[in-house]
Amino acid sequence: MNSLSLSFELAGCVGAILLLIGMPVAYWLAFSNWRGKFLLESVVALPLVLPPTVLGFYALLAMGPRGPLGKLWITLFGRGLAFTFTGLVLASVVYSFPFAVQPLMVSFEAVDRKLLDASALLGAGKWRTFRRIILPLSLPGVVTALVLSFAHTLGEFGVVLMVGGNLAGVTRTVSIDIYDRVQSLEYGEANRLALLLLAIAFAVLCLVYAVNRRVWAPAWMRWTAN
Amino acid sequence: MDSELKPCTLVASIRKQQRNAASFVLDVSLEAPPGITILFGPSGAGKSTLLDCLAGLVLPTAGKIAIGENVLFDSAAHIDVPPQRRRIAYVFQSLALFPHLTVEENIEFGLGDIPEQDRRTRVEEILEAFRIANLRDQRPSQISGGEKQRTALARSLVTQPRLLLLDEPLTGLDAELKAAIVQDLRAWNIAKGIPILYVTHSREEVDALGERVIAIDNGRVVSHGAPMDVLDAPRRKRLAQAAGFENLLSGTVLGLREPDGVMRIRLGESACEIEVPLAHASVGDLVQIAIRAGDILLASQRPHGLSARNVLEGKMLSLEQRGTMCIARVDCGVTFVAHVTPGAVRALELAVAKQVWLVLKTHSCHLVD
Repeated sequence: MNSLSLSFELAGCVGAILLLIGMPVAYWLAFSNWRGKFLLESVVALPLVLPPTVLGFYALLAMGPRGPLGKLWITLFGRGLAFTFTGLVLASVVYSFPFAVQPLMVSFEAVDRKLLDASALLGAGKWRTFRRIILPLSLPGVVTALVLSFAHTLGEFGVVLMVGGNLAGVTRTVSIDIYDRVQSLEYGEANRLALLLLAIAFAVLCLVYAVNRRVWAPAWMRWTAN
Repeated sequence: MDSELKPCTLVASIRKQQRNAASFVLDVSLEAPPGITILFGPSGAGKSTLLDCLAGLVLPTAGKIAIGENVLFDSAAHIDVPPQRRRIAYVFQSLALFPHLTVEENIEFGLGDIPEQDRRTRVEEILEAFRIANLRDQRPSQISGGEKQRTALARSLVTQPRLLLLDEPLTGLDAELKAAIVQDLRAWNIAKGIPILYVTHSREEVDALGERVIAIDNGRVVSHGAPMDVLDAPRRKRLAQAAGFENLLSGTVLGLREPDGVMRIRLGESACEIEVPLAHASVGDLVQIAIRAGDILLASQRPHGLSARNVLEGKMLSLEQRGTMCIARVDCGVTFVAHVTPGAVRALELAVAKQVWLVLKTHSCHLVD
């Protein structure tokens, strides 16, 4: 398997997982009245400011055969976690967490509270209100979360290097591959891959901004956008 | 009539202390029988907080809320039914229609768990009753203000609530449109017979809807009864201002003429005396008088042969045109505000500093306590 398709597979897995676990976290952050909320917010945002090597280092310790996560994994599945694709997915989920949670939280918070009150008064429980009102009205946020966590995972380097190493077909992602090729002076091939990543990053950002500007949004959404 | 239509009265006593505004306490007891009850008062009086407490969106500090036999909140018994299960319909001032759903989907929203057949019947019935069947596939952003209001009412009522709360839902609509919507609401409620609490700060709406009025000011019920009783004899000064009394004057009781049902008042420190309806007062008491600017007549010569008992001589202080109405300020020792038409201004050649006579009917002078 070449490094590019490995990167896409990784980014796809991470994007999907983050959407699933990002939603409840974002919902809680958006609607909880707990005063200590800032603590969780800070934890979620930590990967934004931490050097990837720091994050990767602790992820590696946790996933190693003597780390808590690694030990648990060995007991459950009989194999280690470090330097595997699964390990890479886990570390990337942590690393890209804020890129999924923050757009979701912002768009959940932007839903008019009166609509939520109206929904409750019409007999809808929390789940129905979420499914029928909050989620459809937060669609741009959902797309942004998915696309950003996908793109961010696609471009990561430090965490992958720390946790995954550089095993061809298993953990060698495209950003590592580029680094390798530069080291071995294959500038032409490095340039080809780098250009591809650049194009993908640009396309992805165009998508995010267009969605948030409601360029292709259904008519009703454009009318409600300010 | 089957049992479902048994009319139930809302009985509530609510005390709500705001956490941060220490001065404001909502403390009201009220009853609303089936039909429209108007909750009237100036903004900031606590009307919306009261509705939020009834609906269960805001937790009262203490109190009890019941509709008929059904207790929804009782602080002593630790009962607090969540809004989802109170079966109270609430139309907000902002209406809060779901922007991504069509008119029909908005209306269906509250009928989640009833059988398809029944649901269709109820949606069709209410679409017809509120004359919005032709809008069923439109989104809220595509319909007019009045249509939105009809949709919001239909969405609330289709769930067969036990109580309807309306928080100034018809503000911004012209009188004719408002009357048409209220008429449809009344027609719907003939069969259902639920209590409707209608919040407004507009006197016009009270006159138009008027059955029962509960006047609220500064978190307290200040009076209740028929609109005429509550608004034409306002008990408190702020309420008088809200109700459109432009003239609020203080005076001293000079003498009572009980057989005639009137008393004489001297206004302020001036020599100006007027006759007002008799009230429980004794000579020397200080009283407040409220007079609507529209109830004052202006004359350019001393009028003769009038039934009105109060004719005051004064001088024009200012004249200001607002739309099709002129606001005249007249100094008679105390300053009066009178409303006249531009035609009257021309006919009487009214101008600043001109000598004029004010004419007040005794019963246009309302006592405020």
